Amino acid sequence: MDGLIKHISHPHPVTGVTNSKLGIWLFLASEVMLFGALFSAYVVLRTGAPAWPEGAKILNVPLATLNTFILITSSVTMVLSWAAAATRDLGKFRKWMAITILLGCAFLVVKAFEYQSKFSHHHYPATDNFYATYFTLTGLHGIHVICGLLANLWLLLPGSKLFAKDPEMFTGRIEAAGLYWHFVDLVWIFLFPVLYLL
Amino acid sequence: MTTHTAAEIKQHVTVYVRVFAALLVLTVLTVGVSYVKMPVAAGIAVALAIATLKAGLVASFFMHLSTEKRIILLTLALTAVFFVVLLIYPALHAR
Repeated sequence: MDGLIKHISHPHPVTGVTNSKLGIWLFLASEVMLFGALFSAYVVLRTGAPAWPEGAKILNVPLATLNTFILITSSVTMVLSWAAAATRDLGKFRKWMAITILLGCAFLVVKAFEYQSKFSHHHYPATDNFYATYFTLTGLHGIHVICGLLANLWLLLPGSKLFAKDPEMFTGRIEAAGLYWHFVDLVWIFLFPVLYLL
Repeated sequence: MTTHTAAEIKQHVTVYVRVFAALLVLTVLTVGVSYVKMPVAAGIAVALAIATLKAGLVASFFMHLSTEKRIILLTLALTAVFFVVLLIYPALHAR
């Protein structure tokens, strides 16, 4: 089929990188615009507001700090799973990828606990602008974590069959999934101080 | 994807662990600094500076951007331009 962008294992002669690498970075560029737009909205809302509560007084800083440690650790374990795939060690890949997924789940559990605490005090996105931006930013980020977890789970389980057939292509997929996961970590690295500490 | 040798990957792993340690320290710093009394503008600048440093470490080493090809860096440079416009435009027009 003409026009279909196929998988290539060696760098493309024109772009200098594989199609999947260019593809994932272009996708991440669009994600920068998505979260950038929301951060921009937050800045406008906050600077235009007559009053704005201190994040630390309303939100749970210790829990969010824990979540920051969780996501950063999961980023390390994700890159270690890629390194294992690149050195063709399937067992190590499985170990590090499983840990990455568990850490991602832990992040969501902490987040769910935070949200539940807000809901039980009758604080919802519609309560005021502070809660609206808090829930929208962390909610969209949370959805991205869920999608990353699903992709990683697929790569760990049925997707890992590709390792035996074409380990190079498989490693490329882990790298792409890793880039997405690091991006999700990056967004949180900014969300944490902006929402909770400033 | 260029194939790395096993020795190269092993060197990378050492770097990853070191970057991880740095990120943990910077996270502690992020929280610690938030308790220091300073003017609002300074507080924002410091918080964003530390966050940018952490993000830079993740991007350069975990995402391999420090050794990435030109086309990826150019794509990101273009994204940065649009991102700045995205932030400046509402700020200029918000009333």
